[in-house]
Amino acid sequence: MLYFTKWKAALVLLVCALGVIYAIPNFLPKGTFATDASYLPGKQINLGLDLRGGSHMLLEVDINSVIRERYEALGDTIRSTLREERIRYRPRDAGLNGAEVTVVNADEVEKARDLIRNVEPDTVMSGEGNNIIVSYTDQARKELVDRAISQSLEVVRRRVDELGTTEPSIQRQGEDRIVVQVPGLDDPSRLRAILGRTAKMNFHLVNEEKTASEARATGMPPGTMILPSADAGDRAAGINEYLIDRRVVVSGDNLVDSQPTFNEGRPVVSFRFDAAGGARFGDMTSKNAGRRLAIILDGEVISAPRINEPILGGNGIITGQFSVQEANDLSLLLRAGALPAPMQILEERSVGPGLGQDSVEAGEIAAILGLIFVVAFMVISYGRFGVYADIALLINLILVLAVMSVLQATLTLPGIAGIVLTVGMAVDANVLIFERIREERNNGRTIINAIDAGYRSAMSTILDANLTTLIAALVLFSFGSGPIKGFAVTLAIGIVTSMFSAIWVTRLLIAVWVKRRRPTELVI
Amino acid sequence: MKPLHLVPDDVNVPFLKFRKIFYIVSLAMVLVSVGLFLTKGLNFGIDFRGGILVEIKTDGPADIGALRDNLGSLGLGDVSIQEFGEPDDVLIQLQRQDGDEQAQMAALATVTKALGDDVTIRRSELVGPKVGDELKEAGVYSVAISLLLIMIYIWFRFEWQFAVASVVALLHDVLITIGFFVITGVQFDLATLAAVLTVAGYSINDTVVVFDRIREYLRKFRKMDIPDLLDLSINSTLSRTTMTSFTTLLALIALFVFGGEAIRGFTMALIFGIMIGTYSSICVASPLLMVLRLRRKIPEGEETQEAGA
Repeated sequence: MLYFTKWKAALVLLVCALGVIYAIPNFLPKGTFATDASYLPGKQINLGLDLRGGSHMLLEVDINSVIRERYEALGDTIRSTLREERIRYRPRDAGLNGAEVTVVNADEVEKARDLIRNVEPDTVMSGEGNNIIVSYTDQARKELVDRAISQSLEVVRRRVDELGTTEPSIQRQGEDRIVVQVPGLDDPSRLRAILGRTAKMNFHLVNEEKTASEARATGMPPGTMILPSADAGDRAAGINEYLIDRRVVVSGDNLVDSQPTFNEGRPVVSFRFDAAGGARFGDMTSKNAGRRLAIILDGEVISAPRINEPILGGNGIITGQFSVQEANDLSLLLRAGALPAPMQILEERSVGPGLGQDSVEAGEIAAILGLIFVVAFMVISYGRFGVYADIALLINLILVLAVMSVLQATLTLPGIAGIVLTVGMAVDANVLIFERIREERNNGRTIINAIDAGYRSAMSTILDANLTTLIAALVLFSFGSGPIKGFAVTLAIGIVTSMFSAIWVTRLLIAVWVKRRRPTELVI
Repeated sequence: MKPLHLVPDDVNVPFLKFRKIFYIVSLAMVLVSVGLFLTKGLNFGIDFRGGILVEIKTDGPADIGALRDNLGSLGLGDVSIQEFGEPDDVLIQLQRQDGDEQAQMAALATVTKALGDDVTIRRSELVGPKVGDELKEAGVYSVAISLLLIMIYIWFRFEWQFAVASVVALLHDVLITIGFFVITGVQFDLATLAAVLTVAGYSINDTVVVFDRIREYLRKFRKMDIPDLLDLSINSTLSRTTMTSFTTLLALIALFVFGGEAIRGFTMALIFGIMIGTYSSICVASPLLMVLRLRRKIPEGEETQEAGA
């Protein structure tokens, strides 16, 4: 059985050669072989964020707020429909279950239901007696959520792109989550700041009948609300909050551009409306000259300038006590647009470029030293056969790198540990075979017979042993996150390639040796 | 040059004779581990607890005391500050803040601000309460599922006694490795959990090799007493078992010494687990087969002839 058919030997050599070809680009400067064809060699292994530096953020879109908002709007539509048809009702607050309304006359309930069904076909109605609860069908709700998430993805992508980093990855995860990965980012706090904001901007008028504190004490004028001020200038002047008219006079949705700029030497943010927004803004500023305009971002007043004259061109600036950085961020957020719903950062992992580089170097040293230890030990233990196992070990490492390059798998710090572990474990199959050969020789078999029997009887053990480790690796892959997945990947690839190299490569080497030298003694 | 053999070819250690001692030692280790796990508990990292971690590099050796005063006064609860590998490398950890994810974010901002511009932030991690709970859940699932799958595999390939013995040995290794973490207080995070799972895979690998040999000898030496046969199987695979563990440990020691601080806990778990796994496959798993009354599969009609063989 030690006899190798020519094509079998050729196949083993071919696999080794392919491994070398696909692994080589990893040792050359990036971009040496620029190619787009996925099957051609030239690609390097992807380094994970923990090795190249960068930020990983897991965001969750507040779906409930989208749904609540939509049910409030639905409630408005229903109420105005009922009003038109002169059906008397008592309004109720919209919740997460749907918009709710109570019809006063029991005999009008059916008519009301028919009307609602006509205006809002994608809804189902429940509720007892005079109560009607209108909620979206599962399908409509899913579409609503999907739309909100894809809008959020789009806005997040625009915001991250503005940071000017290379190859950011932005992906949806599960129902309501978004994973953002930005390699090579120097300052994760900036990313945090621009992702944590909804950036919903609206223009309201300041109600100047009373101050906010008077309103609190003597009662709020109808249709007003109190909002905190985020302007450092106001704070310095002792103004912490404003009494604001609830009505939105111009919505931020109509903004088309925004840039940081300077006005009288101070950083400000300029903005430009589309035609409709510009017209409305001009109209509003003409009618309300002399009043104060509140610019509200995410529920805070960022600036409340007095309207001195009509602003007709659709252009304006926001003044306030901004730092240059704040002006940059604010204009970025306005350019990229508002998120359809607030987002929360559930998880963040950021690694600076220095640490990543250090980790790669430490990993390389550890891998090389581990390799040297194992290589030396194999030679000491098995002599000539140890050398063969070492050659197989090197080929195995090359194959791991090649497979990872072809699959474009991500190498992480635990992944490097997985490779080092593979170095220790890959020789296992050879140890099994060699020990078996030694036993067979001690049992008095001839050289070729002992080698043959060694390979044959070690086979099922090798398979069992590797499959169990592979099971653990696969479970790790499906449950682990980020870096741990990287460990599972290198471990799994290492197990599979080591079965090839430890069995076939050593077998070929030994076959060639036996054929050429015709050894009379088996030293192992 | 004559190759060096870790274990002599004609080794013959009567492992089964000492099995009572192994049982007592193993049982004691498992009980201590479980007991400490239940009373003292693991030192969970922020992956499972939720919280904040910041690694900084200072200009010159870090003044841990000053950092502790500075960050301790921020009112963010327990702040753990420790040197991380080098005198100018410091690891800061904050416990999970009360409140939701927003509170964690705010705390991270407070810490970064308090640290100022004099230090370089090498790494910052934030795990909110929600993700922490999810990771914990996934961790428990992954351990349970891999144990189950391995058991099913062994059960398919061997008699049930082998499956039970290997899983007992596996649990033994996993529990004692966890006990090691409880005793040393080394932080238990996602990476160490991965190490524990790898130990599980590795330990079963060792056990399977011995079991394969037992199965083979059961067919080959039909008259041999089971205890003698077990001893013979363990001894004839002893060289391989120690060799493979040794090469793996060599690689891991290189990783432990040179691989950097960030994966030291991970490597430590692997080193310890592999030693325990080797011990258990030699001294626990195979002797257990006796307790489980492993017998030869006796072909019909040959019962009287082979019984007691």
